[in-house]
Amino acid sequence: MHDTVANTQTARDLHGYIAEQERKSLLRFLTCGSVDDGKSTLIGRLLYDTKLIFEDQLAALEKDSRKHGTTGDDIDFALLVDGLEAEREQGITIDVAYRFFATPKRKFIVADTPGHEQYTRNMATGASTADLAIVLVDARAGIIRQTRRHSFIASLLGIRHVVVAINKIDLVGYDRAVFDTIAAEYRAFARDLGFETITPIPMSARYGDNVTTASANTGWYEGPTLLEHLESIPVDRIDTDKPFRLPVQFVNRPNLDFRGFSGTIASGTVSAGDAVVVAKSGKASTVARIVTADGDLQTAEAGQAVTLVLADEVEVSRGNMLVSPSARPEVADQFTADIIWFDEQPMLPGRTYLLRTETDQAPASITELKHRIDVNSFAHEAAKSLDLNEIGSCNISVQQPIAFDNYVDNRATGAFILIDRMTNRTVGAGLIRHPLRRASNIHWQALDVDKAVRAQMKHQKPVVLWFTGLSGSGKSTIANLLEKRLHNDGRHTYILDGDNVRHGLNRDLGFTEEDRVENIRRVAETAKLMVDAGLIVIVSFISPFQAERRMARELLAEGEFVEVFVDTPFEECARRDPKGLYAKALRGEIKNFTGVDSPYQPPENPEIHLDTVGRAPEDLVEAVATWLRQKGIA
Amino acid sequence: MSTPMSHLKRLEAESIHIIREVAATMAKPVMLYSIGKDSAVMLHLAMKAFHPGTPPFPLLHVDTTWKFREMIAFRDETARGLGLDLIVHINEDGVREGIGPFSHGSNVHTHVMKTVGLRQALDHYGFDAAFGGARRDEEKSRAKERIFSFRDGQHGWDPKNQRPEMWKIYNTRVAPGESIRVFPLSNWTELDIWQYILLENIPIVPLYFAKTRPVVERDGMLIMVDDDRMKLRDGETIQQRKVRFRTLGCYPLTGAIDSDAETLEDIVEEMLIARTSERQGRLIDRDEAGSMEKKKREGYF
Repeated sequence: MHDTVANTQTARDLHGYIAEQERKSLLRFLTCGSVDDGKSTLIGRLLYDTKLIFEDQLAALEKDSRKHGTTGDDIDFALLVDGLEAEREQGITIDVAYRFFATPKRKFIVADTPGHEQYTRNMATGASTADLAIVLVDARAGIIRQTRRHSFIASLLGIRHVVVAINKIDLVGYDRAVFDTIAAEYRAFARDLGFETITPIPMSARYGDNVTTASANTGWYEGPTLLEHLESIPVDRIDTDKPFRLPVQFVNRPNLDFRGFSGTIASGTVSAGDAVVVAKSGKASTVARIVTADGDLQTAEAGQAVTLVLADEVEVSRGNMLVSPSARPEVADQFTADIIWFDEQPMLPGRTYLLRTETDQAPASITELKHRIDVNSFAHEAAKSLDLNEIGSCNISVQQPIAFDNYVDNRATGAFILIDRMTNRTVGAGLIRHPLRRASNIHWQALDVDKAVRAQMKHQKPVVLWFTGLSGSGKSTIANLLEKRLHNDGRHTYILDGDNVRHGLNRDLGFTEEDRVENIRRVAETAKLMVDAGLIVIVSFISPFQAERRMARELLAEGEFVEVFVDTPFEECARRDPKGLYAKALRGEIKNFTGVDSPYQPPENPEIHLDTVGRAPEDLVEAVATWLRQKGIA
Repeated sequence: MSTPMSHLKRLEAESIHIIREVAATMAKPVMLYSIGKDSAVMLHLAMKAFHPGTPPFPLLHVDTTWKFREMIAFRDETARGLGLDLIVHINEDGVREGIGPFSHGSNVHTHVMKTVGLRQALDHYGFDAAFGGARRDEEKSRAKERIFSFRDGQHGWDPKNQRPEMWKIYNTRVAPGESIRVFPLSNWTELDIWQYILLENIPIVPLYFAKTRPVVERDGMLIMVDDDRMKLRDGETIQQRKVRFRTLGCYPLTGAIDSDAETLEDIVEEMLIARTSERQGRLIDRDEAGSMEKKKREGYF
């Protein structure tokens, strides 16, 4: 960005000027805190005072201030950053905005993040790449819940420097006692958050006190102005001193003679001739070349996007990591992590999500939510799920091992996001702590008599017939008739019935969303064992969520999972009401009843779709039996 | 210890990372090439990202038929010189209806020839990711946009419900019909772009350099008379003035500035004393407040 007039002198020596620009360090910071604490106004003030607002922008700002502004005849600086129409109309910040400015000493990228609790994910987005956080506090209100929440998230994401901007100090008469009280209170609660520096500054973003110039109104304050502090805080990243990590992003094979592994060096340095190891396989090789478009390099370091050519033909694909042989990352399929949840749909242990690191991806599920963290008291609480904006410590199981470091040691290789497999939304972010050793100590016992041999003896192809549908849709009736018929034909079968299983294996589970997910997981695992034993397993479960049916499908081999949708409309089920449950649920006597106050997600592509209305159960059984015969199953 | 990476090298590495991520994870990416300085830098970075190979995706230019003639010549020469596939798409419906900036105004023209044209091209070829050269410092709604910006099946942008974008971990998953717009230059400023062009000696359209050109003063802007489709209004005269362009688009919608900057060094120097932002030269942003956000929601880049 321009440091306009101040630099016309240096501009005369252009190349010298550019060289000087190039030497400047970069500080990435964010502004956070509660709504109306003045975050956007502060950034607008910084841009204005550092002369980064062009004449045409200033003219537009004056016009906008009269239309949307909240500051009377004065310029409303917040309008410089609140760029979305909805934001300008409502006078709030919804999403993070990135702004760029520079002073003669340093370049800055600032993320202006929203204060509303519902937009916490956007605050986390801004914080994930920042080195410093400015936490705004309204001098009149003092430290509130959102101050603590944002400070906690900043700390969790590894931000080491905090400025406590005690704003609107003009509105408390520039009172030193107010400032001292808030500063002391902040230091007290942030004691365990691990910040390296905490710098309270009394400020008025609207009038500019202590933003870029020391205020005459706060003669008692002897510390730096905000800008002085931002210009002087040390930002040397120590990533280059850490062990070498190159997450492989792209295998570059333009022709048969070249095979390079492209990626951005996450940490450490690498030189031609260095020994490296492929993290997941442990295979060793040597760096033959460090290729860039500007010629081969002798040495490259953290932050550089390079292409490594190895001396040996070793198997490396995207998602793997080239690493230092003497300080390797963890490779495991189970680990603990702190998770920030971003989605309206709660995080449910047992449900499968897609876990994505910088370059790797695998299906994963939360095996245990160890505790939720109260962002106000930082206390650990027992919980069964994480709701929007909640933070918890979890055990995670990934379907294939991934390579990682502790987030505290390495921000780039210790982080992941979780993606909902149905909607593709980014539903959570995770910070890896440490691997769980049990993953490496329990090995699958290979047995000589296997599934194929067992099935052969029974003259059948083992499958799971998964009946899903509303309560009272006819699942159990059809399943029962079908089993009788298969049994008469000499097939070896077993029915897992929802109600029956809840009397034994799953007697400890209720009907909350979390428990339903666990209910299905156990049944799916049981069905899998029975398929392994060579049986035709008939599962008769409401199983209302697509995600869990998909999880069951993925536990089994291709073709072993047959989804049978028993499609009976809600009205019909409620009319039949064989167990009198609908009547109770509609009276509010049963909670979380599927179709009443808990959703049913119908299958999109079931193998068998049984439209039951107007058809006798025997017809429907015939339809399933015909399908099984055609597929050569039974 | 080596010296820390320079500011431009950091930006370069970040952009290369983004470009590679798309090539590695998307089924059918394309690079929107609009011929301007930002596209020139983006293309240069793409060439670097896959060295010694070439980018594994084609270039797409949505031609409104009203671009400066020098831009079209430069476009064809660039693609030929680098040996890249170039797809040129024109909204033929718009051409048949005779849509143009003079007859229909900038709003209708831009919507039909650019926004609709772009949607047609993306749908026709089934691209699931499209690179654009937009920067966050250009405009306020751009400052709010993610680097990987999700679009629904109608190419719509929902600014109130963007995917969180944590660290350098990008969620590139889309369902069939949906797509992602990717902005590798998000964190570059206009000055960074010029410094990088200077440093890397990247070829750009000659219209960026000052030269005596035929211009007309209209609606407070200097419009270059690039062909005979531009009819003079009463009282207008063609003046020969030494001008250059800070941004390039459709010639009737792009204002020139008086300038003596004939070299890249001159341009950078001129920028350091600039008192107006670059988008002021674009008529399309001035139609109404919030107009960029509105266009983007409809599928404009």
